Amino acid sequence: MPAPIRLRELIRTIRTARTQAEEREMIQKECAAIRSSFREEDNTYRCRNVAKLLYMHMLGYPAHFGQLECLKLIASQKFTDKRIGYLGAMLLLDERQDVHLLMTNCIKNDLNHSTQYVQGLALCTLGCMGSSEMCRDLAGEVEKLLKTSNSYLRKKAALCAVHVIRKVPELMEMFLPATKNLLSEKNHGVLHTSVVLLTEMCERSPDMLLHFRKVCLLVPQLVRILKNLIMSGYSPEHDVSGISDPFLQVRILRLLRILGRSDDDSSEAMNDILAQVATNTETSKNVGNAILYETVLTIMDIKSESGLRVLAINILGRFLLNNDKNIRYVALTSLLKTVQTDHNAVQRHRSTIVDCLKDLDVSIKRRAMELSFALVNGNNIRGMMKELLYFLDSCDPEFKADCASGVFLAAEKYAPSKRWHIDTIMRVLTTAGSYVRDDSVPNLIQLITNSVEMHAYTVQRLYKALLDDISQQPLVQVSSWCIGEYGDLLVSGQCEEEEPIQVTEDEVLDVLEGLLVSNLSTPVTRGYSLTAIMKLSTRFSSINRIKKVVSIYGSSIDVELQQRAVEYNALFKKYDHMRNDWYFPLPALLERMPIMEKTASNGPTEIMQTNGETEPSVPDTKHLPLVTQPANQANDLLDLLGGNDVVPVIQTTLPTKPASAGGELLDLLGDLSLSGGLAPAPSVPVSQPPFLLDGLSSQPLFNDTSAAIPPMTAYSKNGLKIEFTFERANPNPNIAVITIHATNTTEADMTEFVFQAAVPKTFQLQLLSPSSNIVPALNQGSVTQVIRVLNPQKQQLRMRVKLTYTHKGSPVQDLAEVNNFPPQSWQ
Amino acid sequence: MMHFLLLFSRQGKLRLQKWFTPIPEREKKKIVRDMTTMVLGRKPRSCNFLHWKDLKIVYKKYASLYFCCGLDAEENELLALEVLHRYVELLDKYFGNVCELDIIFNFEKAYFILDEFLLGGEVQETSKQVVSRSIEASDMLQEVSERPCSR
Repeated sequence: MPAPIRLRELIRTIRTARTQAEEREMIQKECAAIRSSFREEDNTYRCRNVAKLLYMHMLGYPAHFGQLECLKLIASQKFTDKRIGYLGAMLLLDERQDVHLLMTNCIKNDLNHSTQYVQGLALCTLGCMGSSEMCRDLAGEVEKLLKTSNSYLRKKAALCAVHVIRKVPELMEMFLPATKNLLSEKNHGVLHTSVVLLTEMCERSPDMLLHFRKVCLLVPQLVRILKNLIMSGYSPEHDVSGISDPFLQVRILRLLRILGRSDDDSSEAMNDILAQVATNTETSKNVGNAILYETVLTIMDIKSESGLRVLAINILGRFLLNNDKNIRYVALTSLLKTVQTDHNAVQRHRSTIVDCLKDLDVSIKRRAMELSFALVNGNNIRGMMKELLYFLDSCDPEFKADCASGVFLAAEKYAPSKRWHIDTIMRVLTTAGSYVRDDSVPNLIQLITNSVEMHAYTVQRLYKALLDDISQQPLVQVSSWCIGEYGDLLVSGQCEEEEPIQVTEDEVLDVLEGLLVSNLSTPVTRGYSLTAIMKLSTRFSSINRIKKVVSIYGSSIDVELQQRAVEYNALFKKYDHMRNDWYFPLPALLERMPIMEKTASNGPTEIMQTNGETEPSVPDTKHLPLVTQPANQANDLLDLLGGNDVVPVIQTTLPTKPASAGGELLDLLGDLSLSGGLAPAPSVPVSQPPFLLDGLSSQPLFNDTSAAIPPMTAYSKNGLKIEFTFERANPNPNIAVITIHATNTTEADMTEFVFQAAVPKTFQLQLLSPSSNIVPALNQGSVTQVIRVLNPQKQQLRMRVKLTYTHKGSPVQDLAEVNNFPPQSWQ
Repeated sequence: MMHFLLLFSRQGKLRLQKWFTPIPEREKKKIVRDMTTMVLGRKPRSCNFLHWKDLKIVYKKYASLYFCCGLDAEENELLALEVLHRYVELLDKYFGNVCELDIIFNFEKAYFILDEFLLGGEVQETSKQVVSRSIEASDMLQEVSERPCSR
């Protein structure tokens, strides 16, 4: 058999292929040749063949039949063979192959080889892809090499140890003795890898961290090394643009960060060197800025004195003005992390940050937007909002939804006047109306309802906007709701804030009917318009026209519209007296919506009260509204609970209810199903996230009930902490309202967070919708959710909770019992 | 730590792939596809940092080759740019005015150089000279131990 062609020859040949098919043919031919060569157990050319195989593998072709051959190469005595063999092993094998384990013996032998380059190959392979079993088997060898005086091997052994610790954390202890004099090395390679090893150990084990801090006195050693690096003159071997070994400097700064975190003494010991690095590092090139960046991160994370912190923020401020995009990006990201803790210092750079909104780079724009929202406060709201609205107008669609939500949130918190607030909302709806999130619509409606004196102005502006454009659904929905509610103000021309427009009832009805028939309207929007038309029957005089419209839709194909129309028809026919209060002393169905009081604390309960909603406070508790959930969710919980002693909890959003008072009314309308019916607005805001539950304090809402119930930590594990705060629902003392606050101390967000709970049979439980399902990292925010527990028998409250979330890409699930409820919560 | 380092051309052809965590073959292919799409799709004057799943992606273009690495969230991106630059300098020193063709025809050498610079996703040697000397010595060892017929 002729000698197999050389690697370079093969590469040249394959590159001449003009089509994919031609290439595939060449590859297949060569693979066949290689396969037969492997079968012949040819030692001479094995190396060449495997190399070719690796090339073809990189092009995307399968190469698994070469795995065993790599092992044979590794076992060979020739250095060339070993080199290619180990390379092949690293490329073709991963932990999931059984072949992997066969390598262990070879690696063990090579770790003890007489040639350091062979030992190096073995260490490299083990350190890159060693499985847990291999690491366990070979940890001893690595530890031995960690103590050698050969710096070439020592540095590789250190990183190999890092890998072993990552794979098998329990083995960390055995490397501790060898770390004793690692930092007294002069060799930079060993120093660098030692710092990496120490960092890994400190990050993984708080005990190790304490040990290194207190016993080994690591901080002074590191400070000394760092000082030497900065003060020493030009060292050609490690110089990068005038800076001595930036890689080592950054790693030391990072280790200092971990050592100084939440420790006053260590932080104090590193204050000077940090200040020195921060002021003396050359910033003309990227490498200097990389060191400054790490320094800033360290200063912000340890217990540094305020002068140092201000210095750090100023460095970030200077970064913002840098021409280099990367540096601006990094500055914005860091400022976002510090804006909570050092708010005032970051405020000083507000104008620079706002300028970054106009940057061309998408990543920078996004960071600038987030940071801008974080900086908005009562003083700068007008100016900031102008910039942000301008940004909203001109930004890419991917930003609009987030920006709109942010604007609403900020406006809600800091609006200087009601008129300004309404104007801002109008601006957002008209410019980015189709990007506004669905859940904003009920919130806006609630806001508008509460601004009593602006009703006329609002409905007039919304009406005019509607005349211009009916394509943006959120705008249309809010407008039709308002017209339905305040149509009387519209036609009577009562507006004080601006010139009142002349509108007739027919014109208004034309517009609303236009929405019903338009192709642009979604089914939800049509529902809003139909309801609005119906409501106008108590406000307008052209009842006949309304009756006609309503009856037409009684035979609509859309089931939702049909149901509504039929019910409204019924109102006209059988229950005409209920539309207004001539005969009935109870508040009528279609009367003006009452104001929803907003207080600083637990929103939902309060809102429910003043709405006249009676739900759980009604003594006949069997009417606790439980909307049935899809079967699988209930089954999940039954599995969770495993037994018959608990009632599956059903997560609900509050179902819609008419704005009426008595249970009597419900009975009266027994044959009329008013679900999903008349007033979508009042109850829905309850389930809304940040707006209403924002700024929750755990102060008790009702002063007349017993003293505040202390909050409790229900769950704390893996960085996720869930706290329960309590209120009592008035007037029914049998109902405890619990608000859960979920926070996350890890460095990665927890996404798709779902909280489920179950209680024993004697209780009834209702879960409202959570504020969001992302628990931000590093306690930057929390997820809140309201639970209402009915406890008529005053038994001790127990709860079983199930948490699911995604953290760093992998799903996490946990079950826990919560038994430590304070007695006041159920007595 | 660095999770992976990829080199690919303007047309998306892979020239080097180094993985520092165990990932199944199919997953690797997907990541390569995602990276090439994302990086090649970036506008010319954008910043060199991206977010992908829970990793930071740092990339830099050198002539016709894109150097792209995936890092943990706590890594220093600006330093990562220096790491990529250092690797390019090492290649340049070894091959003398390195270009894409050098890496295509001598891919195994590119891997050997990388393995003297990075280990387990971390930098193992911060001195250019030391890395170069190690590679030269290894090459020498290879020549000495090789039989007359070369690869």
